[in-house]
Amino acid sequence: MSSPLPLPPKRNPQRKAKPSLAPPAARTRLGIRLSALASTGQLKLQFCKSCLEFAYPPREACPRCLIDDLEWSPISGLGEVIATTAIRATPNLYFRDRVPWRIGTVLLDEGPIVIAHLHGCCATGDRVRARLQLDKSGQAVFFALPEIENEFMNDDAQLREMTNDPKHRRVLITDARTPMGAALAAALADAGCRSIFAGVAELWRRDALLDDLSSFPKVELVRLDLTDTDSVRECAGEFGGKVDILINTAEYLRPGGFIDRRGLAAAKDEFETNVFGFMRLAQFFGPPMRARGSDGIDSASAWVNSLSVRSLSSWPEFGCNSACHAALLSMSQCLRGEFAGSGVRVVNVFSGPLETEWHDTLPPPKVAPSRLARELIAGLQRGLEDIVVGDVAKDIMSRWRDNPKVLERELAAGGGIDG
Amino acid sequence: MDDILSRLAKGLASGLIEIVDLTHTLDADFPVMILPPEFGQCARFRIEEVSCYDERGPAWKWNNFSCGEHTGTHFDAPSHWVSGKDLPYGSVDTVPLGNLVAPACVIDCSAEAEQNEDYLMDVDKIREFESAHGEIQRGSWVLMRTDWSQKKGSEYINLREDGAHSPGPNADAVRFLVDERDIIGLGTETVGTDAGQAFHANPPYPAHFYLHGAGKCGLQCLSGLDRLPAKGSIIFAAPLKIRNGTGSPLRVLALMNGSGNIPCGS
Repeated sequence: MSSPLPLPPKRNPQRKAKPSLAPPAARTRLGIRLSALASTGQLKLQFCKSCLEFAYPPREACPRCLIDDLEWSPISGLGEVIATTAIRATPNLYFRDRVPWRIGTVLLDEGPIVIAHLHGCCATGDRVRARLQLDKSGQAVFFALPEIENEFMNDDAQLREMTNDPKHRRVLITDARTPMGAALAAALADAGCRSIFAGVAELWRRDALLDDLSSFPKVELVRLDLTDTDSVRECAGEFGGKVDILINTAEYLRPGGFIDRRGLAAAKDEFETNVFGFMRLAQFFGPPMRARGSDGIDSASAWVNSLSVRSLSSWPEFGCNSACHAALLSMSQCLRGEFAGSGVRVVNVFSGPLETEWHDTLPPPKVAPSRLARELIAGLQRGLEDIVVGDVAKDIMSRWRDNPKVLERELAAGGGIDG
Repeated sequence: MDDILSRLAKGLASGLIEIVDLTHTLDADFPVMILPPEFGQCARFRIEEVSCYDERGPAWKWNNFSCGEHTGTHFDAPSHWVSGKDLPYGSVDTVPLGNLVAPACVIDCSAEAEQNEDYLMDVDKIREFESAHGEIQRGSWVLMRTDWSQKKGSEYINLREDGAHSPGPNADAVRFLVDERDIIGLGTETVGTDAGQAFHANPPYPAHFYLHGAGKCGLQCLSGLDRLPAKGSIIFAAPLKIRNGTGSPLRVLALMNGSGNIPCGS
């Protein structure tokens, strides 16, 4: 059994913060495919249809028959630990700070033997479940977990290096005065957050959501208006060094595309909040988070973007919103590059239409904010980089992966959304 | 014998004429009029630094700012309202200069507004003012003092589920000021010239409807009206000269008789 992670002590003001360090990131082009799989929680290895065997590590051709059309096929990840060791001395700066570090060899049921990072509960001879996990460099590694889950499994120190579990962490919700912000505040408290900074713009505008928020456990309201550079600067000045997980929930949504809209005032408001708001957050919260990416078990951990699946391909009924989210998706990719090596993961959560007032003309299925919050947190606990929530988003995502041009044409014809 | 402007200059220099600022600082978090979300919204005041003695401009600091025409302490021109849309000289760039510098009558409704957040100034209140201070002269600004400018944030905008609650004039009072007294315009300390609940009046927003329909102007979000005398002050309220503009943030200054003890402008 794992033991629960105690609440980390308050920071010793005489201790220097640790620099951001990451394990080795170099991978081959085929190796990066494993990282791509890990980013969405999938596990596949190359399979040779001629030899009927899996190959690992990734190769250009089957090591046995040299046929070069290996096919990436799903595997269970189940297997047995055949040997373990602990690294106690290493010149690698990242691991030097974290020794002893346990690794082992795992014989997968499907045949290959992989070197895996070991959960504290996994010993030689144990049945385990190996999965691909992104490490602090953002690249995939194998990680072996107990075959049967236990209560505090996610508290394991080595696993926690690779996940973004909100437990004991401090989370900023950038716009908490939204149905999603409120749902997240509630779910994060349940997930064991240390504190929740709920960003609220224009405190002079009282409403029911704001009154509710003030009564949630662990929630501290903070002034944060993503459309106001000074406000973002001030909030980051006060709280930037305490934000372990930033969740950008800002959404200014209005229906409509471009031809039938009158003027640009609404579009400017949408871009100001959705697009420029993101840039302000990046400028002021990015540096303190990047500096704290390796600072112990409550280090800065993740930057989470709530994206519409419209970011992948325009849905003309919400054309301007699609454009904002396409920009957000592009900016999130840039941010990943800018955070690279810091240990801070940029997580994108894609969802279909949320059950909110601006989608009240759309038929179900729509994603309840509470479900989005739940799956977002599960994805952080699992250590994912891309999380897809709800049937509409899953459908659009799979059609986009299959053929973006076909999806574009179907959405343009207005008949592309199921339900 | 000094000419009139020389006497003014001496009055200013000696403090016998005092300058009062009736303007709120333009601040990103200052409340603006809230409309239902399906309507277009008033842009808040925003500021973006262009350079600050740094690599973006080594020896100078400057900012870009943006806001709506009706943000902060601001001027409403007749073309702001549908009732004034076809009037000549109805936009801020064409409003007659005489409207921008004019005497003011300050009607003190602060006691009533303190008692009743939805207080409506009526014709009786105006007549009561006139019996004490004399008739409101043609070509005056009428400023409705409520001390509302001393409220902050949510108390200032005072929004509830049934809308905003703040004092203003009733329809008859506005018609009286327009038809019987031919004022230049009406100034208030609240976020609009109309009361918070004026949407439910007939016509809706009667101050906007009657003032602008008659080519009169508005001043909103004024502060410091408690410092002005009931009569005898002069208001300087010149909006930015925006082509076809319906309003503009502006600095509103008043000249009034001072004690002579305080140097001008301090």
